[in-house]
Amino acid sequence: MSLTELVFIVFAVIAIGSAVLSMTARQLVHSALWLVVTLGAVAGCFVLMTAEFVAWVQVLVYVGAVVVLVIFALMLTRQSAATTAEVTGNRWVAAGLGVVAAGGLGATMVAGFRGERIEGRQIGTAGSIGDALFNEWVLPFEILSGVLLAALIGAIVISRSGSDR
Amino acid sequence: MPLLYPLLLSSALFGIGLYGVLARRNAVLMLLGVELMLNAVNLNLVAFDAWFADALHTGQVLTLFTIALAAAEIGLGLAIILALFRAFRTVDVDEVGA
Repeated sequence: MSLTELVFIVFAVIAIGSAVLSMTARQLVHSALWLVVTLGAVAGCFVLMTAEFVAWVQVLVYVGAVVVLVIFALMLTRQSAATTAEVTGNRWVAAGLGVVAAGGLGATMVAGFRGERIEGRQIGTAGSIGDALFNEWVLPFEILSGVLLAALIGAIVISRSGSDR
Repeated sequence: MPLLYPLLLSSALFGIGLYGVLARRNAVLMLLGVELMLNAVNLNLVAFDAWFADALHTGQVLTLFTIALAAAEIGLGLAIILALFRAFRTVDVDEVGA
Protein backbone atom coordinates (compact mmCIF):
# COMPACT_ATOMS: atom_id res chain seq x y z
CA MET A 1 0.00 0.00 0.00
CA SER A 2 1.50 3.28 -1.06
CA LEU A 3 1.69 6.42 1.02
CA THR A 4 -1.01 8.07 -1.09
CA GLU A 5 -3.47 5.29 -0.33
CA LEU A 6 -2.65 5.41 3.37
CA VAL A 7 -3.20 9.18 3.55
CA PHE A 8 -6.41 8.82 1.52
CA ILE A 9 -7.75 6.24 3.98
CA VAL A 10 -6.91 8.55 6.90
CA PHE A 11 -8.77 11.41 5.19
CA ALA A 12 -11.70 9.12 4.40
CA VAL A 13 -12.00 7.99 8.02
CA ILE A 14 -11.86 11.62 9.18
CA ALA A 15 -14.50 12.62 6.62
CA ILE A 16 -16.92 9.82 7.51
CA GLY A 17 -16.46 10.22 11.26
CA SER A 18 -16.97 13.98 11.23
CA ALA A 19 -19.92 13.64 8.86
CA VAL A 20 -21.63 11.27 11.30
CA LEU A 21 -20.88 13.66 14.17
CA SER A 22 -22.15 16.57 12.09
CA MET A 23 -25.44 14.85 11.36
CA THR A 24 -25.97 13.64 14.94
CA ALA A 25 -24.64 16.53 17.06
CA ARG A 26 -27.24 18.05 19.36
CA GLN A 27 -25.71 21.53 19.30
CA LEU A 28 -26.54 23.16 15.96
CA VAL A 29 -23.28 25.14 15.77
CA HIS A 30 -21.27 21.98 16.49
CA SER A 31 -23.01 20.43 13.54
CA ALA A 32 -21.84 23.22 11.23
CA LEU A 33 -18.30 23.08 12.63
CA TRP A 34 -18.04 19.31 12.16
CA LEU A 35 -19.13 19.88 8.58
CA VAL A 36 -16.03 22.08 8.16
CA VAL A 37 -13.89 19.09 9.14
CA THR A 38 -15.73 16.85 6.65
CA LEU A 39 -15.38 19.32 3.79
CA GLY A 40 -11.70 19.87 4.58
CA ALA A 41 -11.05 16.13 4.56
CA VAL A 42 -12.85 15.81 1.23
CA ALA A 43 -10.64 18.64 -0.10
CA GLY A 44 -7.63 16.58 0.99
CA CYS A 45 -9.04 13.62 -0.94
CA PHE A 46 -9.34 15.87 -4.02
CA VAL A 47 -5.65 16.75 -3.74
CA LEU A 48 -4.74 13.06 -3.49
CA MET A 49 -6.78 12.40 -6.65
CA THR A 50 -4.65 14.98 -8.53
CA ALA A 51 -7.45 17.59 -8.57
CA GLU A 52 -5.64 20.38 -6.78
CA PHE A 53 -7.58 23.29 -8.27
CA VAL A 54 -10.92 21.73 -7.33
CA ALA A 55 -9.54 21.17 -3.83
CA TRP A 56 -8.74 24.87 -3.43
CA VAL A 57 -12.12 25.89 -4.80
CA GLN A 58 -13.69 23.50 -2.29
CA VAL A 59 -11.78 25.14 0.57
CA LEU A 60 -12.61 28.65 -0.63
CA VAL A 61 -16.28 28.19 -1.49
CA TYR A 62 -17.45 25.49 0.91
CA VAL A 63 -15.32 25.94 4.00
CA GLY A 64 -15.05 29.68 3.51
CA ALA A 65 -18.42 30.84 2.25
CA VAL A 66 -21.06 28.15 2.66
CA VAL A 67 -20.29 27.30 6.28
CA VAL A 68 -20.18 30.99 7.23
CA LEU A 69 -23.60 31.42 5.59
CA VAL A 70 -24.94 28.43 7.51
CA ILE A 71 -23.62 29.77 10.83
CA PHE A 72 -25.20 33.14 10.04
CA ALA A 73 -28.51 31.41 9.38
CA LEU A 74 -28.23 29.41 12.61
CA MET A 75 -27.69 32.61 14.57
CA LEU A 76 -30.49 34.50 12.82
CA THR A 77 -32.98 31.69 13.40
CA ARG A 78 -32.05 31.11 17.02
CA GLN A 79 -35.06 29.65 18.78
CA SER A 80 -36.21 29.84 22.35
CA ALA A 81 -34.38 27.77 24.95
CA ALA A 82 -37.17 25.20 25.00
CA THR A 83 -36.20 23.56 21.76
CA THR A 84 -37.55 20.12 21.21
CA ALA A 85 -35.49 17.07 20.31
CA GLU A 86 -33.30 17.74 17.33
CA VAL A 87 -34.24 14.64 15.40
CA THR A 88 -37.61 13.52 14.16
CA GLY A 89 -39.36 10.48 15.53
CA ASN A 90 -38.62 8.44 12.43
CA ARG A 91 -34.86 8.68 12.83
CA TRP A 92 -34.44 4.91 12.72
CA VAL A 93 -36.29 4.75 9.41
CA ALA A 94 -34.00 7.53 8.17
CA ALA A 95 -30.92 5.69 9.44
CA GLY A 96 -32.09 2.50 7.75
CA LEU A 97 -32.65 4.32 4.47
CA GLY A 98 -29.23 5.92 4.72
CA VAL A 99 -27.56 2.57 5.32
CA VAL A 100 -29.51 0.99 2.46
CA ALA A 101 -28.55 3.83 0.09
CA ALA A 102 -24.88 3.71 1.09
CA GLY A 103 -24.80 -0.09 0.91
CA GLY A 104 -26.57 -0.22 -2.43
CA LEU A 105 -24.34 2.42 -3.97
CA GLY A 106 -21.23 0.81 -2.50
CA ALA A 107 -22.21 -2.64 -3.77
CA THR A 108 -22.82 -1.20 -7.25
CA MET A 109 -19.40 0.47 -7.19
CA VAL A 110 -17.69 -2.73 -6.07
CA ALA A 111 -19.46 -4.75 -8.73
CA GLY A 112 -18.68 -2.27 -11.48
CA PHE A 113 -15.21 -0.92 -10.75
CA ARG A 114 -13.36 -3.54 -8.71
CA GLY A 115 -9.69 -3.63 -9.66
CA GLU A 116 -9.62 -0.32 -11.55
CA ARG A 117 -6.88 2.08 -10.53
CA ILE A 118 -6.39 5.85 -10.70
CA GLU A 119 -3.04 6.47 -12.37
CA GLY A 120 -2.96 10.25 -12.05
CA ARG A 121 -1.74 10.99 -15.56
CA GLN A 122 -3.71 14.25 -15.94
CA ILE A 123 -2.99 16.62 -13.08
CA GLY A 124 -5.82 19.11 -12.56
CA THR A 125 -3.73 22.24 -12.07
CA ALA A 126 -5.26 25.69 -12.28
CA GLY A 127 -3.70 26.08 -15.74
CA SER A 128 -5.12 22.91 -17.25
CA ILE A 129 -8.55 23.41 -15.65
CA GLY A 130 -8.60 27.01 -16.88
CA ASP A 131 -7.69 25.86 -20.40
CA ALA A 132 -10.50 23.31 -20.40
CA LEU A 133 -12.97 25.75 -18.84
CA PHE A 134 -12.40 28.64 -21.19
CA ASN A 135 -11.74 26.68 -24.37
CA GLU A 136 -14.35 23.94 -24.22
CA TRP A 137 -16.86 24.83 -21.51
CA VAL A 138 -17.40 28.56 -22.06
CA LEU A 139 -21.13 28.36 -22.76
CA PRO A 140 -22.02 26.38 -19.58
CA PHE A 141 -19.78 28.76 -17.66
CA GLU A 142 -21.69 31.80 -18.94
CA ILE A 143 -25.04 30.13 -18.27
CA LEU A 144 -23.84 29.40 -14.74
CA SER A 145 -23.07 33.06 -14.18
CA GLY A 146 -26.66 33.83 -15.19
CA VAL A 147 -27.91 31.22 -12.73
CA LEU A 148 -25.80 32.75 -9.95
CA LEU A 149 -27.17 36.21 -10.72
CA ALA A 150 -30.74 34.89 -10.66
CA ALA A 151 -30.12 33.10 -7.34
CA LEU A 152 -28.60 36.27 -5.88
CA ILE A 153 -31.55 38.44 -6.89
CA GLY A 154 -33.98 35.75 -5.73
CA ALA A 155 -32.29 35.51 -2.33
CA ILE A 156 -32.44 39.28 -1.88
CA VAL A 157 -36.11 39.44 -2.87
CA ILE A 158 -37.12 36.53 -0.64
CA SER A 159 -35.19 37.59 2.44
CA ARG A 160 -36.23 41.26 2.25
CA SER A 161 -38.50 42.15 5.14
CA GLY A 162 -42.04 41.78 3.91
CA SER A 163 -43.54 44.84 5.61
CA ASP A 164 -43.75 46.88 2.40
CA ARG A 165 -45.73 44.31 0.46
CA MET B 1 -4.81 4.36 -5.89
CA PRO B 2 -7.72 1.95 -6.37
CA LEU B 3 -10.74 3.66 -7.87
CA LEU B 4 -12.91 2.01 -5.22
CA TYR B 5 -11.58 4.08 -2.32
CA PRO B 6 -13.12 7.41 -3.39
CA LEU B 7 -16.24 5.66 -4.69
CA LEU B 8 -16.89 3.91 -1.39
CA LEU B 9 -16.15 7.11 0.54
CA SER B 10 -18.68 8.97 -1.58
CA SER B 11 -21.28 6.22 -1.07
CA ALA B 12 -20.84 6.50 2.70
CA LEU B 13 -21.05 10.31 2.64
CA PHE B 14 -24.19 10.13 0.51
CA GLY B 15 -25.84 7.75 2.97
CA ILE B 16 -24.93 9.98 5.93
CA GLY B 17 -26.26 13.04 4.10
CA LEU B 18 -29.49 11.21 3.30
CA TYR B 19 -29.89 10.35 6.97
CA GLY B 20 -29.31 14.01 7.86
CA VAL B 21 -31.93 15.26 5.40
CA LEU B 22 -34.53 12.78 6.63
CA ALA B 23 -33.85 12.83 10.36
CA ARG B 24 -33.02 16.40 11.36
CA ARG B 25 -35.89 18.69 12.28
CA ASN B 26 -34.01 21.95 11.84
CA ALA B 27 -34.34 23.18 8.26
CA VAL B 28 -30.79 24.59 8.23
CA LEU B 29 -29.40 21.18 9.15
CA MET B 30 -31.46 19.58 6.39
CA LEU B 31 -29.63 21.91 4.01
CA LEU B 32 -26.33 20.75 5.53
CA GLY B 33 -27.33 17.18 4.67
CA VAL B 34 -27.97 18.24 1.08
CA GLU B 35 -24.51 19.83 0.99
CA LEU B 36 -23.01 16.56 2.21
CA MET B 37 -24.79 14.64 -0.56
CA LEU B 38 -23.55 17.15 -3.16
CA ASN B 39 -20.03 16.66 -1.86
CA ALA B 40 -20.36 12.92 -2.31
CA VAL B 41 -21.34 13.55 -5.93
CA ASN B 42 -18.35 15.86 -6.39
CA LEU B 43 -16.06 13.15 -5.05
CA ASN B 44 -17.47 10.71 -7.61
CA LEU B 45 -17.00 13.21 -10.46
CA VAL B 46 -13.39 13.91 -9.55
CA ALA B 47 -12.62 10.20 -9.08
CA PHE B 48 -13.98 9.26 -12.51
CA ASP B 49 -12.22 12.25 -14.10
CA ALA B 50 -8.89 11.11 -12.66
CA TRP B 51 -9.62 7.52 -13.71
CA PHE B 52 -10.38 8.47 -17.33
CA ALA B 53 -7.36 10.82 -17.44
CA ASP B 54 -9.61 13.07 -19.50
CA ALA B 55 -7.68 15.73 -21.40
CA LEU B 56 -10.73 18.03 -21.30
CA HIS B 57 -11.11 17.59 -17.51
CA THR B 58 -14.85 17.11 -17.96
CA GLY B 59 -15.40 15.74 -14.47
CA GLN B 60 -13.42 18.41 -12.68
CA VAL B 61 -15.04 21.24 -14.64
CA LEU B 62 -18.45 19.75 -13.84
CA THR B 63 -17.37 19.62 -10.19
CA LEU B 64 -16.62 23.34 -10.29
CA PHE B 65 -20.09 23.95 -11.76
CA THR B 66 -21.64 21.79 -9.03
CA ILE B 67 -19.81 23.74 -6.32
CA ALA B 68 -21.07 27.04 -7.78
CA LEU B 69 -24.61 25.67 -8.01
CA ALA B 70 -24.38 24.41 -4.41
CA ALA B 71 -23.37 27.90 -3.31
CA ALA B 72 -26.35 29.38 -5.18
CA GLU B 73 -28.62 26.70 -3.72
CA ILE B 74 -27.57 27.32 -0.14
CA GLY B 75 -27.91 31.09 -0.54
CA LEU B 76 -31.44 30.71 -1.87
CA GLY B 77 -32.30 27.98 0.63
CA LEU B 78 -31.18 30.05 3.59
CA ALA B 79 -33.19 33.02 2.29
CA ILE B 80 -36.27 30.78 2.15
CA ILE B 81 -35.53 29.51 5.68
CA LEU B 82 -35.23 33.09 6.94
CA ALA B 83 -38.61 33.93 5.38
CA LEU B 84 -40.01 30.77 7.00
CA PHE B 85 -38.60 31.83 10.36
CA ARG B 86 -40.15 35.26 10.03
CA ALA B 87 -43.55 33.80 9.21
CA PHE B 88 -43.69 30.97 11.77
CA ARG B 89 -41.02 31.96 14.39
CA THR B 90 -39.54 28.49 14.04
CA VAL B 91 -37.44 26.53 11.59
CA ASP B 92 -38.63 23.17 12.90
CA VAL B 93 -39.98 21.42 9.83
CA ASP B 94 -42.36 19.30 11.90
CA GLU B 95 -44.16 22.34 13.29
CA VAL B 96 -44.27 24.50 10.18
CA GLY B 97 -47.65 24.38 8.50
CA ALA B 98 -49.14 22.08 11.12
